Amino acid sequence: MTATLTGPSASAASATPPVIDLRAGRKTYTTGSITFEALRGVDVRIERGEYVAIMGPSGSGKSTLMNVLGCLDVLTSGSYRLAGHDVGDLDEVELAQIRNEEIGFVFQQFHLLPSLASWRNVELPLMYRGVPRHERRERAALALERVGLGDRLDNRPGELSGGQQQRVAVARALVGEPALILADEPTGNLDTSSTEDVLALFDELHAQGRTIVLITHEPEVAERARRVVRVRDGLIQGDGPASALHDDRGYLHHPTSHDDDTQEIR
Amino acid sequence: MSWGETLATGWHAIRAHSMRSLLTVLGILIGIAAVILTVGLGLGTQKDVSASISSLGSNLLIVSPGSTTSSAGIRGGFGSSTTLTTSDADALSSKTAAPDVEAVAAEKSASESLVNGDTNWTTTVVGTSTSWLDVRSRTVSEGRFLNAADENDRTTNVVLGSETATELFGSPRAVGRTLTINDVTFTVVGVLESAGSSTSDNLDDTAVVPMSTMQNTIVGGTSRTAVSTVYVKAVGTDEISAAYQETQNLLLNLHGITDADDADFTVSSQDALVSTATSVYRTLTVLLTGIAALSLLVGGIGVMNIMLVSVTERTREIGLRKALGAPPVAIRRQFLTEASVLGLGGGLIGAALGIASAKLLPSVLDSSIIVSPTAVVGSIVIAVGIGLVFGVYPAVRAARLAPIDALRSE
Repeated sequence: MTATLTGPSASAASATPPVIDLRAGRKTYTTGSITFEALRGVDVRIERGEYVAIMGPSGSGKSTLMNVLGCLDVLTSGSYRLAGHDVGDLDEVELAQIRNEEIGFVFQQFHLLPSLASWRNVELPLMYRGVPRHERRERAALALERVGLGDRLDNRPGELSGGQQQRVAVARALVGEPALILADEPTGNLDTSSTEDVLALFDELHAQGRTIVLITHEPEVAERARRVVRVRDGLIQGDGPASALHDDRGYLHHPTSHDDDTQEIR
Repeated sequence: MSWGETLATGWHAIRAHSMRSLLTVLGILIGIAAVILTVGLGLGTQKDVSASISSLGSNLLIVSPGSTTSSAGIRGGFGSSTTLTTSDADALSSKTAAPDVEAVAAEKSASESLVNGDTNWTTTVVGTSTSWLDVRSRTVSEGRFLNAADENDRTTNVVLGSETATELFGSPRAVGRTLTINDVTFTVVGVLESAGSSTSDNLDDTAVVPMSTMQNTIVGGTSRTAVSTVYVKAVGTDEISAAYQETQNLLLNLHGITDADDADFTVSSQDALVSTATSVYRTLTVLLTGIAALSLLVGGIGVMNIMLVSVTERTREIGLRKALGAPPVAIRRQFLTEASVLGLGGGLIGAALGIASAKLLPSVLDSSIIVSPTAVVGSIVIAVGIGLVFGVYPAVRAARLAPIDALRSE
């Protein structure tokens, strides 16, 4: 299994392979006789240490792209390499393993298990990796300390604020030392100050050299990233530094109408 | 994820819905308790019956007048026929004709009133020979048993059961006292050691007189040589079947009968009596076992139902676990473990309930229940197995959920 994951490209390339290398990515959904092309040939390359925001309105293919990047879904055609591993040929079990080892997820709805204490939520990825219990607790505690919740180890999610819950989720994403932190609308359910907390945390993690990919439709969130990839109608519409979000007068430029997005705002 | 952790996770999930879990396992619980009780009742009854039959004496064959056919039931005249006589018993005592027979005791019994002054007590008066004490495995607690002189001289001596003595004389110490049967005065020469009561009759309520006295003084009439039962004691346990053959052949011969099917007597062994008695209970046991099995099936379906509900409720959890890297096998194992833990819980509570009922019920039922450790362990294993089997479908369904769909479910 390990042999598959440290594929030939990892050793062949002299430099570290890009964390994300997606080429001509296509994804087609078929429901009955209706086919829908969610991704129509997407190329994305993200190097180690980058902080990238993927933006786009609902129905743009943004979510599909996030699922493909997160190895939760596979391409219909095209190739995807995650940290050097060719994901295209992997079966369900191998995909589970690569998600476990290379990706740390942060979701809009936090997705913490309500009956488990914070550290038990954080240790979950390590549990599926077969890390012994005492080491798991140690690493979970360190990760929680890292996000500023060192004193909340034994609290359940219900006893924490939204911002704290999302920080627990970030700790869970960090604990396995993945190649990529993939955050899907991480601030979508947070108020302004909690949003700022979480974004500041991402800034710090980026400063420490983590690779972060953040999916959002909020320009205020996207502008915190160093690079913004814009998706529309299943294609990459723009890829450039976050400063491009601002127009000539320095105002934040909204690439899409807000009416499209209201459904996503909860 | 180790098995211990999987088990802990399963237990955790069940405890989160303790009321629901308890209701879920109710079917299993009742089934397991019923299994333990049924097996216990079967064993207890068997023990009771064997105890009551072995109280007749050991290595015994019982010869009764008339005949029965095992399948068609009782043929007319069984028990009341006069086809068995004292001369049959004498012939069976012959060492040459029946080498595997150790001793023979013929019984001629009648229900009579025993009178001591104003006290009147009706009991079974048994006329028999001196070998009776040995054949019926009884002992005398006081005085002596009947001897050859009593038989030869048709004495009016009587040996009483301990209860009979107490009823008539106020105490089992009755040697030397007198009583009258049919206006004939008898002297008590001995009292039998208490043997307890069997299910069929009270062994301590009896009066034993010499056969000759019984025939001439108490019963009389034309059927005086007829006896009600002949007890044949084999030399040892291994010789029972040989003794059976000898008894059967000798009596057929004496009665001039060529076909054993036409026999005017019946020889039965204790084993045969035990199996006849237990066959009745076996029908009951089959019925109860059927109910228990049905209850377990219903319980299993309950577990499957609640596990399917649980899978639906926890779709997001399953999606998250899969996103975090849980392979399908880990999800499957988690739900299978949960279902097995439910089964185990039901099994344990059911076993406790079964054992408690087994302790309480005998006082109400008047029948002993023996808790069999094999049945307890076996039924708990069955309960876990039921959880496992009925958990397979929900677990497979959980493992097949696509992580994206599962994460997105509300």
